[in-house]
Amino acid sequence: MQQIINFLIRNKNFLLFAFLFFISLVFTIQSHSYHKSKFINSANFLSGGVYESLSGVQDYFHLKTYNQQLLEENARLRENQSKLLSAIPSFDSLTLYNSIEGQYRYIPAKVIKNSYSKTDNIITLKVGRRDSIFPEMGVITSKGIVGFIEKTSTKYSTVLSMLNSNFKTNVTLRSSNHQGTLEWHGEHPNVMTVIDMQEQAPVKIGDTIETSGKSAIFPKGIPIGTIENFTLDNSKNFYELSVRLFNDMTSLGHVYVIENKDSEEIKALENRDPNEE
Amino acid sequence: MKNNFLINSVRFIILLLAQVLVFNNIDFMGYITPYPYMLFILVFPFNANRSLYLCIAFLTGLTLDMFSNSGGMHAAACLTIAYFRPVALRLTFGVSYEYNAIKLPNVTFYERLVYISSLVFVHHLVLFSLEVFNISNILYILKKTLFTGIFTSILCLLFNILFSNRKG
Repeated sequence: MQQIINFLIRNKNFLLFAFLFFISLVFTIQSHSYHKSKFINSANFLSGGVYESLSGVQDYFHLKTYNQQLLEENARLRENQSKLLSAIPSFDSLTLYNSIEGQYRYIPAKVIKNSYSKTDNIITLKVGRRDSIFPEMGVITSKGIVGFIEKTSTKYSTVLSMLNSNFKTNVTLRSSNHQGTLEWHGEHPNVMTVIDMQEQAPVKIGDTIETSGKSAIFPKGIPIGTIENFTLDNSKNFYELSVRLFNDMTSLGHVYVIENKDSEEIKALENRDPNEE
Repeated sequence: MKNNFLINSVRFIILLLAQVLVFNNIDFMGYITPYPYMLFILVFPFNANRSLYLCIAFLTGLTLDMFSNSGGMHAAACLTIAYFRPVALRLTFGVSYEYNAIKLPNVTFYERLVYISSLVFVHHLVLFSLEVFNISNILYILKKTLFTGIFTSILCLLFNILFSNRKG
């Protein structure tokens, strides 16, 4: 007994080192798997507050860009609206409203911390639970998708960026509805990869890739990027496409969080036990 | 003693804020982000209690992890250099370290360079290994360690020389 205590006292520094190192390894491994890094993240009072005041200063330098983005978006929305109005022969604002209002709600949010040079990138937004933001909501800009909400606190939330090895989403070719899976292999912050695209798909360089609407996170038809290059993968059955994003992931200012009002219903339906009936 | 505590707290806050607000935004050539915040661990008083020093290094890393959403990578890296600092000190300064006779402001440039850069490279190797977390990318880890290590060492040396108090 005496010897054990002596041993502990003699090696107390090494034991302390081993113990703390073990803790940090646990945190690190958690951070590498999606949805598990519970304790150490930037959606908290201290780091959220520091980043908020920093982005308050930085915003002044970006006002011109943000204005430009808003103008472009306004123009596009106006164009869509006029197309929509001319497409509906007997336009009645009440029926139009009732038929379109429903599945998705858009919540504007400000990016207070963006990262794009690591292998697993996380973005911090200045919206949180009090703005009814919850995990698994999609995040987009006017030009394309950004990621989805990973964790929320009262005032802040973190986004699992597209530029993260844990990010995957279902996409289609705009021209033909063939599907594939979008992911990031960590090379360049504006280039992503689509895998598992059927070999029969009519793939052309310059074609547009968009969301498929199958995931309950993103609505259908949000543009993502254009095909820059494509090859057949090792099995010779699937294409591997490299896609240049429309969105500049290195300069994000304002984004929209998408609330899918039907997501709970869809999830409940999908998770229902098949033996139940 | 009280004075020492105050100086270290101020140094901690300034270096971490500089790291989070300025240096984390540097993205030189696409992958080089320097980490001069570790200067805090390098210049922490040499005669401090060893266990306390390990805990403080761990907390320093964990604070930065919180800001950069990196789990516990910085904590592990800081802890490692804190644990191996006596080895680096003995290798660099030899016998004068054993007698508690060295003060960082009074050593030669060469000794300072060896001491700082050796620990910087250990820190970066642990940090990037944990960040990439894939042994098949070992060349990428080494390349990133080398170039970022050079950048961080230069910054640490500059800050250390600029802000050291020679009279002390």
